[in-house]
Amino acid sequence: MTTTTQRPPAPQSQRRKQIATPMDEMVAKFADVPQGKSFRYCPGCGLGMAQSAIMRAFDRLQLDPAKIATAGGSGCYSPMAHYFKSSHIHGSHGRACAYATGMKLANPELTVLTLQGDGDCLSIGGNHFIHAARRNIDITVICFNNFGFGDTGGQFGPTTPKGSVTETSNAGMPEAAFDACKLAIGAGATFVARSTVAHPAHLTKMVSDAITHTGFSFVEVLQHCHVFWGKRNGMPLPMDMLNFFKKNAVRSTDTPEEDWFDIPTYAVDDKNVKFVLGVLHKEERNEFGSDYAALRTRAMASAQGRPADGH
Amino acid sequence: MTRRLLFGNEAFCEGAIAAGVRFYAGYPITPATEIAETMSRRMPEVGGVYVQMEDELGAACAVMGASATGVKSVCASSGPGMALIQNEIGQAIAAECPMVIINVQRAGPGIGNATRSGQMEFMQARYGTNGEAPMVAIAPATVDEAFWLTVKAVNFSEMLRTPVIVLGEGLLGLQRAVVDLPDYDTVSKVDRPRPTVAPEDWRGNYTANELDDIPPMADFGSPYKGLVSTVGLFPRGGGDSTVQGLDQNDQDFTVRRLHQKILARREEITLFEQHHTDDADVVYVAFGTQALSALRAMGEARAQGIRAGVLRLITVWPFPEDVVQAACANARAVIVPEMNLGQCQLMVRHALAGTGIRVSGINHVDSNFITPAEILAKTKEELQ
Repeated sequence: MTTTTQRPPAPQSQRRKQIATPMDEMVAKFADVPQGKSFRYCPGCGLGMAQSAIMRAFDRLQLDPAKIATAGGSGCYSPMAHYFKSSHIHGSHGRACAYATGMKLANPELTVLTLQGDGDCLSIGGNHFIHAARRNIDITVICFNNFGFGDTGGQFGPTTPKGSVTETSNAGMPEAAFDACKLAIGAGATFVARSTVAHPAHLTKMVSDAITHTGFSFVEVLQHCHVFWGKRNGMPLPMDMLNFFKKNAVRSTDTPEEDWFDIPTYAVDDKNVKFVLGVLHKEERNEFGSDYAALRTRAMASAQGRPADGH
Repeated sequence: MTRRLLFGNEAFCEGAIAAGVRFYAGYPITPATEIAETMSRRMPEVGGVYVQMEDELGAACAVMGASATGVKSVCASSGPGMALIQNEIGQAIAAECPMVIINVQRAGPGIGNATRSGQMEFMQARYGTNGEAPMVAIAPATVDEAFWLTVKAVNFSEMLRTPVIVLGEGLLGLQRAVVDLPDYDTVSKVDRPRPTVAPEDWRGNYTANELDDIPPMADFGSPYKGLVSTVGLFPRGGGDSTVQGLDQNDQDFTVRRLHQKILARREEITLFEQHHTDDADVVYVAFGTQALSALRAMGEARAQGIRAGVLRLITVWPFPEDVVQAACANARAVIVPEMNLGQCQLMVRHALAGTGIRVSGINHVDSNFITPAEILAKTKEELQ
């Protein structure tokens, strides 16, 4: 077991640097906030915090909203992209990585992200997710992990901690859970990070690093669902779950690497869980889109001079 | 113009390229595999993209993603692959995202007989996806048409902002024929409606006010926010139902408009061919490869003094009821030869209900071509 060291607070001068743009300007630039309508998240949901962190990451990287394109499907998170000024495919459940693959290959200028839930990304969309990782296509997958299916009322999903009570596991979740980050690494993702909504500055950093990375990037965002998972597992208030994340989080930088995946990430038992936050994997590998572009250049050159029908 | 010997499956590809398609996502499946193979070679040559996805559904999704960026995109499949793609066809209809899907039909339900041909997805083309979604489907009969009708399919899809199915057949895809390919620059191409207002006045991809409106669509990466939403139920005049919420009037408006925008342009998209239907006692209504047999049977019947005619349906969906009614108005009998158990016949019966005209079918589900002799024998039986 590793010990967590308390970090000293950053000096005042560095803190100021964090605030790149005043909030109003940032919102005006990136957000498309509905007039007179409330956000479609449950009161106290962590998705708003995640959304804010993603917007800050866009701002930190000085991205042009017109050159950002996102893809998503069904889930609690699905309204999120509607609140951004960037383009978005709100498609079928689980297919975001496949949409994103098409978007990025057809227009490599775009900064492409998928916004997905744990069920969306790892259950129904698991196959698209692992194959996009295998190709190492330059997209960023952001997976909001709330330990189950919230949009349908709190059933268990592929990341629900074993033993936890949900609407479809009243006697305790009988199945084992995926470790999303481990899965991403195994599938070939070249940037894998974990953060939580209880660590907004860290989350912003992870998202911006993921976007900056060339290749398939994956950020798992632990996000509380006190309404369904929390309520049935002893954490009925948003703060209960935020404290749960804060109390059990350790920074990867403060933890020996060999321990990163030995500690259970998802467990209903407060005593035996640790969330290792930070960049858990990073490697440089050829990016699919660039490799394909090189192949195309060669193909176009060899086809030159032939009639349009390629004969 | 170049004269070439092409597989039907190659002709689909060349038609797509001639129409401006520059993105293909595929997954190998018999008997459509040659489309993926050809596209993997041809797409990079013409500056496009070929990507092989993890399954057919992923391929259809990638095609939708590419189309959202403004690139004309195609995928192809068969049998169980088409069953998977149905999900995404529905999504694209709801999101009003143009794309073309080529179905090289095999035979039988389930995995069926992968190496044999059929016409068993006539109804699936129209009713395969969920939620009262309209469909446009075109059925080529020859390799030459595989080229030209793929061009048409891409153009219709762009014009209507809706997916279009090219209803091919294994028999056609794996058949070789000489095709005169035009200079692709001379092929007429249609582009989807795009924003004409200033970016600050842009109200999104779904700004329809009338039932037959086809609203402009912004490319991802352009200065306009390009929301492509398969929630598919939009308030009249534009906006975003996910943000604003939705009332039943919006739902009613959207579902009706998805149909009406196609039906209002019916004359433009209804392709068909008729031969000697004016004085025909018997009319053969056929589509796809089986129409060739009907044409031959008509010739033989006429030689024997039987007044036969042929109505060859090319645009099979939306089903051209008025065309069937007009072509069969003077007939005593109508025969529908098709390689299924009467799917098109059902629609013909529906069109001719109450007219007293006898409608019957010749139905093969063994993948053997319906011969002119069979049609002729049936004709004599029906006219007795």
